[in-house]
Amino acid sequence: MSSKLRILVPVKRVIDYAVKPRVKSDRTGVETANVKHSLNPFDELSIEEAVRLRERKVAVDDILAVSAGPAKCADTLRTAMAMGADRSIHVDVPEDKPLEPLGVAKLLKAIAEKEQSNLIFVGKQAIDDDAGQTGQMLAGLLNWPQATQASKVEITGEGEVTVTKEVDGGVETLKAKLPMVITTDLRLNEPRYASLPNIMKAKKKKLEKKTLADYGVDATPRLKTVKVEEPPARQGGGKVDDVDGMINKLKELGAI
Amino acid sequence: MLSATRHSALRSLRAQACSRSFLSESQPSLRARLLSTLAILEQKDGKLNSGSLGAVTAGQKLGGPVHGFVAAKAGKSIAQEAAKIQGLEKVVAVENEAYERGLAENWAPLLVENIKKGGYTHVVASQSAFGKSLLPRVAALLDVQQLSDVMSIESEDTFVRPIYAGNAILTVQSSDPVKLLTVRQTSFPPAETEGGSASVEEGVDPEVESPTEWVSEELAKSDRPELASASRVVSGGRGLKSKEEFDRLIPPLADALGAAIGASRAAVDSGFADNSLQVGQTGKNVAPQLYLCAGISGAIQHLAGMKDSKVIACINKDPDAPIFQVADVGLVGDLFEKVPELTEKLKSS
Repeated sequence: MSSKLRILVPVKRVIDYAVKPRVKSDRTGVETANVKHSLNPFDELSIEEAVRLRERKVAVDDILAVSAGPAKCADTLRTAMAMGADRSIHVDVPEDKPLEPLGVAKLLKAIAEKEQSNLIFVGKQAIDDDAGQTGQMLAGLLNWPQATQASKVEITGEGEVTVTKEVDGGVETLKAKLPMVITTDLRLNEPRYASLPNIMKAKKKKLEKKTLADYGVDATPRLKTVKVEEPPARQGGGKVDDVDGMINKLKELGAI
Repeated sequence: MLSATRHSALRSLRAQACSRSFLSESQPSLRARLLSTLAILEQKDGKLNSGSLGAVTAGQKLGGPVHGFVAAKAGKSIAQEAAKIQGLEKVVAVENEAYERGLAENWAPLLVENIKKGGYTHVVASQSAFGKSLLPRVAALLDVQQLSDVMSIESEDTFVRPIYAGNAILTVQSSDPVKLLTVRQTSFPPAETEGGSASVEEGVDPEVESPTEWVSEELAKSDRPELASASRVVSGGRGLKSKEEFDRLIPPLADALGAAIGASRAAVDSGFADNSLQVGQTGKNVAPQLYLCAGISGAIQHLAGMKDSKVIACINKDPDAPIFQVADVGLVGDLFEKVPELTEKLKSS
């Protein structure tokens, strides 16, 4: 594999992080109709990192954004292209049959092989299912090295990758050779806003439509949702007037 | 090659299940006999990490026998220590320096081999940086869908976990032959490390070489209790305005309470506090007896990490801040006055 980077960036369309999700009254899931959606925040970091590698004059051949989901994922991909992805693939998956991380990882493996990707940036977790699995599963399926929760990525011309990753209590640094899967953490970078000219340009970039069958992926779900509930509501205990009031209340509650 | 052996292993497991069902008189005893759990234990520099012992507690909730798993440079001596953990029947140990740094690339095949050899139906790890990095990779190699951040176990195949930053609680049933779980540390307290008498057995070591090389680590040094397991946490946010103010006000209050220090994402992003102190959806989950915070508005991402605390107290100058909706005790006021006053009064009381 040449040391020119062919970067794959999976992106997910999720309920916007600022929206407080509502559980459906029939307890089958979370209300998604007429709710603002956007690009998963960690996936923005992935795109940004790929674009910055190119700006740092690392030889980047291609930045491919991929999303699997209903038709509206095309908007998410346009955003990714407006941020600097070169092209994208939308794998159509019906809204009522979302993929599980294992299914996504299998699909991404097939895409990575077909597109000869050698570096994959995956967000460390999607803020809807909070699973945090896809990147590691993908690395396992491809049998590639992985670095999770990256806060710094350095790549040499020879394809040697040094990643600083966030761990409990601090950071850890790993070294590996391409190809590699890296999952991105918040500290990695500050994603740019898509400028209007770039949004216009993104409309002309290539967006291929595919299906799971095109990649021969069987993504039969393994998990069955039994129910989705509201978390038990906390009873706000009200306010106190001064520091003494706070200390007394804390003593009353047995907290100090 | 790998997948062929895996399938045959699963097939023999199922065949075993069928043949045993003829012998059993009742379903529960059948289940108790068939179910067995491997709990992944973490270590650092030859010492067991107590945070990872929640995996044993979760394993006991599942019902069947629980075996612990350790792999490290000092694998055998750690196994002797682990043998005293209450609730473990056996400790499977692999002694090899290659596993010392917990790299997922060689740990994943190591676990796959040991899961197959032991015929485990459940594998549990802690929802730590190590567990989160490793278990999905293992799941992919076993072709199963892992369950992350499990907060409660309903039955051997039904689990409860938070989604949408804890704004919804999902109960989910797995149809996979082997269930892989990472469990929330605040939901499964560590098992007792004394009084147990597990046997120690040598595990299989496939000796797969890791393509990743560990270079270095930088851990924040602290004499305070560890954030994730502390019984009291004092947390500061953007309202502290600078690192100097954070360092001037928060540590003395934490010391007065014997508490760990936490921070909101805003405080971490602004450089007031270290990343490792971040509490929230993308940081740590805490559930202490007391969570006392100052200058934190209470965004949903922050609440996700602390709303299971027993008592929440807050100081904020904005009476409409969302944090007041979850706080048991709220004080509206300027933290630059209230925090030092609180610290003084706690010290003298």
